Amino acid sequence: MKDIADAALNAAQVKGAGYADVRISQRVQQDLVVKNGQLAAVSDDASQGFGVRVLVDGAWGFAGSARLDREEVEEVVNRAVRIARASARVQSQRVDLGPPVNSRGRYTTPIQRDPFAVPLSEKVELLLRADAAMGAVKGVTVREGSMEFIRDSKLFASTEGAFTEQDLYESGAGIEATATNPDDVQNRSYPNSFGRHQGAGGYEYIEGLELDRHAGRIAEESVALLSAAQCPSGVKTLILDASQVALQVHESCGHPTELDRVFGTEAAYAGTSFMTPEKLNKLRYGSPAVTITADAMTPTGLGTFGWDDEGVPAQRSHLVKDGLFVGYLTSRETARVLGQESNGTMRADGWNRIPLIRMTNVSLQPGSATLEEMISEVKDGVYMETNRSWSIDDRRLNFQFGTQLAYEIVDGRRGRILKNATYAGITPEFWNSCDAVAGKDEWRVWGLANCGKGQPPQVAHVAHGAAPARFRNVKVGILK
Amino acid sequence: MKSVEAARLTDLGEVKGFMDRALERSTADQTEVMVSEWDSALTRYANNGIHQNVAERNVSVRVRVVKDERTGVASLNQMSDAALTDVLQRALAIARLQPPGEVVPLPGPAPAPQVPAWSDATAASTPEERADFVRAVCVAAERSNLKAFGAFSTGSAQLAIANSLGVYQHHRSTQATVNSVVMGEAGSGYGDRAAVDVRDIDKDDLAREVIEKARRNQDAQPVEPGVYEVVLEEYAVSEMLEFMSFMGFSALAAQEERSFMRLGERITGEAISIWDDGLDPSGVPAPFDFEGVPKQRVDLITRGVATGLVYDQQTARKAGRASTGHGLPAPNAEGPFAVNLFMAAGTVPKEELIAGIRRGIWVTRFWYVRIVHPKASIITGMTREGTFLIEDGKITRPVKDLRFTQSILEALSGTLALSRTTKLEASEYFGATRVPAVHLKAFTFTS
Repeated sequence: MKDIADAALNAAQVKGAGYADVRISQRVQQDLVVKNGQLAAVSDDASQGFGVRVLVDGAWGFAGSARLDREEVEEVVNRAVRIARASARVQSQRVDLGPPVNSRGRYTTPIQRDPFAVPLSEKVELLLRADAAMGAVKGVTVREGSMEFIRDSKLFASTEGAFTEQDLYESGAGIEATATNPDDVQNRSYPNSFGRHQGAGGYEYIEGLELDRHAGRIAEESVALLSAAQCPSGVKTLILDASQVALQVHESCGHPTELDRVFGTEAAYAGTSFMTPEKLNKLRYGSPAVTITADAMTPTGLGTFGWDDEGVPAQRSHLVKDGLFVGYLTSRETARVLGQESNGTMRADGWNRIPLIRMTNVSLQPGSATLEEMISEVKDGVYMETNRSWSIDDRRLNFQFGTQLAYEIVDGRRGRILKNATYAGITPEFWNSCDAVAGKDEWRVWGLANCGKGQPPQVAHVAHGAAPARFRNVKVGILK
Repeated sequence: MKSVEAARLTDLGEVKGFMDRALERSTADQTEVMVSEWDSALTRYANNGIHQNVAERNVSVRVRVVKDERTGVASLNQMSDAALTDVLQRALAIARLQPPGEVVPLPGPAPAPQVPAWSDATAASTPEERADFVRAVCVAAERSNLKAFGAFSTGSAQLAIANSLGVYQHHRSTQATVNSVVMGEAGSGYGDRAAVDVRDIDKDDLAREVIEKARRNQDAQPVEPGVYEVVLEEYAVSEMLEFMSFMGFSALAAQEERSFMRLGERITGEAISIWDDGLDPSGVPAPFDFEGVPKQRVDLITRGVATGLVYDQQTARKAGRASTGHGLPAPNAEGPFAVNLFMAAGTVPKEELIAGIRRGIWVTRFWYVRIVHPKASIITGMTREGTFLIEDGKITRPVKDLRFTQSILEALSGTLALSRTTKLEASEYFGATRVPAVHLKAFTFTS
């Protein structure tokens, strides 16, 4: 592959590129779905190709192809250069990447059991055991379990001398039980919603989930929800489980601190951000209990790697420190505008896409409380667990989330199970109402493998460390 | 230079030969081969300048084998003979390693009609042409002291499916899409266009619409949340229709008792008729599905009554009927999907939909819509880039974007009028809708 990379970089320079980089990737993915006691789907997918990104006259061009041969390299480079020259015709400002980046090295996700070496039968048997446990609960109408395994072998090289190779592994699994009656449908999933819980790691990550141990419980909860009381409407104290806190961090802190959004490059699609540069080091984003970091070295995080797709080394930085907004997720180009250097968050969804600023592992740091302590201090509140719906405006201010499961909290104790629970708020008001975050023992890294951004659309795999947290005076029960 | 940019899709004869070799070499009881190939480019602009500009040529070869009551699927993005051997071996290996189970039947041969979906002009679009289009929008915005943002894409694709029971289908298509947000200091407007032939997209018309919307949408003031009479533009109606498809039009959703569809019952106002038709050239036509089954028109809601669902091979077998040609690529646990949706037009000019509204809200588009309760067809989302107050039959001022939480069926039950024109909206991934603007009696804004 090195010869393909060298050929692409040479050709780009000969044709007038002031900067060029090439990414070659080979990605394999295995997916399994067990549904209602049957193996419903198994697939083994592979994709390989290369993409060349060039700067000509200070303007970007990119082209990619699945054909990995010298003739195609020439054609793809020609195409990228021609596209860059067309970009230069309608340019608002020349691209400045700042200081050169010349990282070199190799990184491999630490794994104990290669997921592609684990027999298919072992994976299927685990999903079938969990399926049987869900099926033993009367009233469950649909059971589903899934697994996904990914190995992405990436090479990055640039005309500045960077040359990195990475083998990134992901393993994920999840189960879900659905119960229905003529008027209602309720579901419960484990460990998270969105189909699966996924992490950077090998098959040991799946074994640690203990899917079969939790299957009966979620099945019973799905049935119980059908006859549960509706979540009441009102302004109450809200306690969120760690997985819902993770999604709240994702939507209301991760996205608005992406500096490309702030500068408007996602304005026509994913939107912009309320966290504009004049608010940096001034905005009281949250209460002092709220500290949020971006860390591309968090073990098992889907945003963990050696270098980003611009060759910038993995690193850790603060976005919010003791409640104060202090930093962005940046690229070489956007960091330069603020007089900074990239903190290494550019990632592409494969060889055929350009890198964009993506969350790495954006995490709410643990506090010192426990979930049970937090509940014991609430007179009138709601505890909500596992996301069911999520929506937030294009500036990342006005949000509404729903969860699969909720309990009322009365006089410091969990009360009735509640269904169709929702809560809504405005981002800084919400985080400023946070008065407790659980400690390290309840802090966990949650993988989200469905983060959409960009045109053409790209899906990023990101993660969030989070623990249960408590918020005061929150509007709940929006659903009539 | 133009030849460099002309779409480079593999010759049809070569694709057919490749698929024939796959079927010949396979040792499975049944084999299906799907080749999907595309050559596409996208020019993205922000702050009145191009900031991302990309092109891609890619292919997907997907093989499904059935052997001894076991199914295996594998894919690769290469079309060489070595790739073919690899992908067949992997599919067979997967089939061998699993327990026998329920096998989704492969369809037998049935001819699909040819539908026109190709434009040489779109296939030959150049980066310079895309840049010139973008420049026209940006220059028009700049003249109005506004900033333009958006993306303009052109692409060509082909999809071919063959199986060992004799199915062979092939379809070529092109598509051009452009979207634009134009922003001022205190507000923005939105517009988009889609067409098979790039020459059918009028850049001046798009620029006029989006700049006019942005100009009117400056300095929006809040309005109290609550239940309002509304006019939803086609952008918003299209998204609502897509969510109806996600939640309820699939036979699997009905078989799993999570669909809002109650066949034979009135579920919306009488003015509402919705159908799926992959053969209608006024949409984004596709003559067959991803199992190679010819698409049938399916009337989903007819004058307010739920009348049909879409089926794939699996759900059709369970229901004891034939597939309607709405299958997704195997392996698929998600069920069939309606992606060529139409809503019947009304009789009222769009601009007259507000005529009788004493106090209401005009919505340009929705944003970040998510399902809150599928069986009750409840969704939530925000309005975006053009929300206005209607007073005494006129738009009087822009209002801050609002969050809605609303049952779609309840909203459509109060349909008062539909525009007499419809608009094509390309889906973000595949398929499209063609819908009118609607005037609804009640719509719930929650914050």
